[in-house]
Amino acid sequence: MSHLVSASEPSDTPTPDRGTGRRGGFFGRPRGRPELYSSYRQEQALFNTRAKAVGAAVLIAIAVLLPFNVSDDVLRILGLGLVLAIGGIGLNLITGYAGQVSLGHAFFVGVGAYTASVVAGDPEGRAFGLGITVIPVWILAAGAMAALCGVIVAPLATRLRGLYLAVVTLGLVFLGTYVFTEWASVTGGPGVGREAPRPVLFGDDLTLDSAFTSDQKLYWFFLALLLIGALAARNIARSRIGRAFGAIRDRDIAAGVMGVDLARYKLIAFTVSSFYAGVCGSLLFVANRHFGPEQFGLIMSIQFVAIVFIGGAATISGTIMGALLIASLPRISAEIAHLFPFISTAPNTSPNIFEVEAILYGGLIVAFLLFEPRGLFGVWLRMRMYWKSFPFTY
Amino acid sequence: MTQFLSALSIGLGSGAIYALVAIGFVMIFKATGVISFAQPAFLMSGAIIVSFLAPLMGFYVGAVLGVMAIGAVALLVERVAIRPMIGKAVFTIAIITVGLDIVIRTVAGMFLGTQPRSVGDPWGTDVWVISGVVVQQRHVAAFVTATVIVVALLLFFRYSAVGLAMRAVASDQEAAMAQGVSASAIFALSWAMAGALAAVAGVFAATGGPIGNTLWLVALIALPAIVIGGFDSLGGAIIGGLTIGVAQAVVSTYHNQWFDGSGVLPELTTNLGPLMPWVIMLAVLLVRPHGLFGTKEVERV
Repeated sequence: MSHLVSASEPSDTPTPDRGTGRRGGFFGRPRGRPELYSSYRQEQALFNTRAKAVGAAVLIAIAVLLPFNVSDDVLRILGLGLVLAIGGIGLNLITGYAGQVSLGHAFFVGVGAYTASVVAGDPEGRAFGLGITVIPVWILAAGAMAALCGVIVAPLATRLRGLYLAVVTLGLVFLGTYVFTEWASVTGGPGVGREAPRPVLFGDDLTLDSAFTSDQKLYWFFLALLLIGALAARNIARSRIGRAFGAIRDRDIAAGVMGVDLARYKLIAFTVSSFYAGVCGSLLFVANRHFGPEQFGLIMSIQFVAIVFIGGAATISGTIMGALLIASLPRISAEIAHLFPFISTAPNTSPNIFEVEAILYGGLIVAFLLFEPRGLFGVWLRMRMYWKSFPFTY
Repeated sequence: MTQFLSALSIGLGSGAIYALVAIGFVMIFKATGVISFAQPAFLMSGAIIVSFLAPLMGFYVGAVLGVMAIGAVALLVERVAIRPMIGKAVFTIAIITVGLDIVIRTVAGMFLGTQPRSVGDPWGTDVWVISGVVVQQRHVAAFVTATVIVVALLLFFRYSAVGLAMRAVASDQEAAMAQGVSASAIFALSWAMAGALAAVAGVFAATGGPIGNTLWLVALIALPAIVIGGFDSLGGAIIGGLTIGVAQAVVSTYHNQWFDGSGVLPELTTNLGPLMPWVIMLAVLLVRPHGLFGTKEVERV
């Protein structure tokens, strides 16, 4: 890949066809030279080639129109995938971009879920609630509360590195599960749980069928929020903060020597990641309708780790692909059970679909890290490279 | 006092189990620099394989053979999934072990079936009562076995050529290789021994009742133990494991007296015991980020 960053690029305004003398092209890029960057701003652009911009627009259009062509049960899976993608992006920001290993994502997801249900909950109900049903309020409250927990944990976490941090964040999950189980007035208690917050948008309850079915409405709702979250994360990643994250991930001592404030940027990473987790938690609650306190445990944390690594560390689009794949795993294993009649659907005989699902999980993590460390995004890169260099293999 | 001593005996028994798993973690970490999250799977499958072997050939022979079998499985796993990743980032390898753990644990769980399975231990829930102190025989057995294994391991590291090679690789991999030590053979051996230790721990964790679906969680409690002791300290792993076992047992015993009725934190109705390892871990880390006996990382620019 050729990067041609011109040394004399101090101005803020992007000037077209700098130094090439030819007109046209995307961002003043000469035609037929998609790899030629003539300014730093060009290289750092959100979509640095026209093909990417067009591709993203087409993908979004397809995603928006999908509910008209796809049945509701598939939409429900996709909607869950979109929600998981939001949490996955959060984990990717801290683990993929900043290199800080976290196995405690489920804790922040849980904090978000219960904050949302407290803020939006029925004040007359069995569990504690404030009754503020305005959607932005409970979503942002969920994110903010989880971010606050991230801020509280960060001072301890920033002193630790690598696998010590992984074990400590694992401890967070166990502490969280205990508190969630214990604090029955907020979480409804083990085995009981509580109602999800009601998503009422413009006076229309998204969990009830009206002109569109509930699954369609929820899908659009989740899609809109994912687009906002993905765009924000992409922008964080290509900003000063994102470059600091990358420096910390690649070699934290070197980054510190070069003037990156390690404690500050690790704190930012924890806070932003927890905010995404909190928002994801509130939406997961909506998508699932019901959650017991024991579900925000180690298994959910591993689910997010799987999303990040199967999708591809340090890529936003990869995370979305990974989340959609993980969300559809139960369906995939159910389909496998149709093909192989010896796999049962009852949980008390084996082999059953739940075991198939677990093996797929673990197997996918191992296989991707061994054979395609860049994840699904790496698969896509390979396909792209094949067509770019066609008919030459190298 | 008798209540405390009974709690202490439970704590030392379960602490010995945690210490065995913790030693496995430390051995893999010292050799390869990785925490293997696959230990819970080896613990679980160790207990399950012994539950199949014990009815055929008795508990003792079955336990030894089962432990050796799990050691062989760990060796195979290292060869297939870990060896190709040598030189990659440690976190990547750690995540691979998470995936391996899920796969192995699920496959092992398929053999559990719906009937309750037990490892067929000769102790069951038998107790000795020594002047009012209730001591469960299985806890004594676990503690004695762990002590024997630890002493044997220390002698092995101290006096055998292979043990010397393992110490050499742990202290300086390149220098050891320059002296003709095969580092990859040491990695494989570390995995096999760690897997076998986890299997022993699994057998003792499963004594006194049927094997549950959540038996593997025992291995996770060894993680705070090694954090407390320091990732690269065998002695720290043993002390950490015993400390956690005792703290857990003591808090479990006295939880009702401390938290119910006395007015202190009346909401805490569920036993705090299982939470103690993680609380102690956080407390230790606040003071010493590399554990009590761990080597402080030298930061070189």
